Amino acid sequence: MSSIGTGYDLSVTTFSPDGRVFQIEYAAKAVDNSGTVVAIRCKDGVVMGVEKLIASKMMLPGSNRRIHAVHRHSGMAVAGLAADGRQIVTRAKSEATNYESVYGEPIPVKELAERVASYVHLCTLYWWLRPFGCGVILGGYDRDGPQLYMIEPSGVSYRYFGAAIGKGRQAAKTEIEKLKLSDMTCRQGVIEVAKIIYGVHDEAKDKAFELELSWVCDESNRQHQKVPDDLLEEAKAAAKAALEEMDAD
Amino acid sequence: MDGISGDLNAPHSMGTTIIGVTYNGGVVLGADSRTSTGMYVANRASDKITQLTDNVYLCRSGSAADSQIVSDYVRHFLHQHTIQLGQPSTVKVAANLVRLLAYNNKNMLQTGMIVGGWDKYEGGKIYGIPLGGTILEQPFTIGGSGSTYLYGFFDQVWKEGMTQDEAEKLVVKAVSLAIARDGASGGVVRTVTINKDGVTRKFYPGDTLPLWHEELEPKDSMLDMLSSASPEPMGFDAFALLTTSNKQLPAVVLATNHYCVQNAPILLFHSITASGQEIITWDVQLSPY
Repeated sequence: MSSIGTGYDLSVTTFSPDGRVFQIEYAAKAVDNSGTVVAIRCKDGVVMGVEKLIASKMMLPGSNRRIHAVHRHSGMAVAGLAADGRQIVTRAKSEATNYESVYGEPIPVKELAERVASYVHLCTLYWWLRPFGCGVILGGYDRDGPQLYMIEPSGVSYRYFGAAIGKGRQAAKTEIEKLKLSDMTCRQGVIEVAKIIYGVHDEAKDKAFELELSWVCDESNRQHQKVPDDLLEEAKAAAKAALEEMDAD
Repeated sequence: MDGISGDLNAPHSMGTTIIGVTYNGGVVLGADSRTSTGMYVANRASDKITQLTDNVYLCRSGSAADSQIVSDYVRHFLHQHTIQLGQPSTVKVAANLVRLLAYNNKNMLQTGMIVGGWDKYEGGKIYGIPLGGTILEQPFTIGGSGSTYLYGFFDQVWKEGMTQDEAEKLVVKAVSLAIARDGASGGVVRTVTINKDGVTRKFYPGDTLPLWHEELEPKDSMLDMLSSASPEPMGFDAFALLTTSNKQLPAVVLATNHYCVQNAPILLFHSITASGQEIITWDVQLSPY
């Protein structure tokens, strides 16, 4: 699956003979090594969840947040190099506020995704800039309904029903495909995302992890916010129970 | 004499009456058509309702130059915005762009504007943007020098959720009332109706408007021009037809068109009767929109 691009992989401004830009592919590998991020678009909103791997027991729970609010109506979950992710989030926040001050309305999620994608792509065009080593999932709720976008280090951006990036993405995507998203409300979606993240977490390779969940839906008044604590606990409990069931089999 | 020559060099200003009202399903924008330089009417048939996008129009008042440049800039930005968004801009966005230009250049501009249109999210909306760059979304709004005579009228007559017909009649009546009292407003009444089905422009020539208190019917007016021979204008198209029915009727009718008084093309008929008398008559055409 992976190949070594000897000689053609030294600069982001070099193509290989078979038409690939290896630096961008290597950047994508940085994303693949990070904790899993799962997001789904339910019928009344978007739910995003992150498997935040805890590097040290000394860290305060709730620190090193991986999900950020970009604007009142949208949020971003980051996978990959954390510092690169912060840069992208800052850019997205500034695009969103700038749009609103010029056009007088909240930035449509589609427009925001395009602007972020343009920015990420920009950094793949010059030899003196390195590509972003992080992928970003953008979930928002605007006049055209709830929407979910994923922006990869190459600058590509697509709209999704369900998306996953990071270590456990293959398994996560399989689980997402089993869900009937068009019938699901966000309340149910939160439980499902928690189950998926607990399910793909590898106990052997990684130690502890913290579950970060956020949503933007009708229930949250179309504002992006952390999932309320009681629902979060409910989700965690349901996920752990589901795991035990699987283990029991 | 000095006053008049000074006036001719005065900047073009639209004394104006402009109106925007919402109704059940859309908006109706209305305006008079007088552009004056001081006391001189530079254009008696101007079009003060300018298109910004397919679904949003702008009523302009105050300095003609200022309002035109603002509308040009906003049209450009909105066009770009529509391309980026992939769908028509909303009325709110158009109004906000007008407001930003009006506010940020308030020291240099002297123009009051009304933005009106229809979009699929909010339906018909009217935004008033007076001098200084305030933006206010209102069910109806009036502007221009002629609007001062309409505040009481609207207080009494305005109601929410009118039909399209009611709204159009209201706007025409209001503009004609303002024209009767305001010296800086006059000419014809133009209306633009915008709803989900699109845009309709209507035109009401000055002589079809109702007369108000103490206004007189035109009688023996210069408009008839029956016996005076005026110099023939440069005709773009001309044709002659021969009629032979009644001795009283002209024997030869020559018709030329496109004698344009800015946006009001006129059909000029130069006829010669059987008895050899020259008759010149003219007719104002409906604006071609």
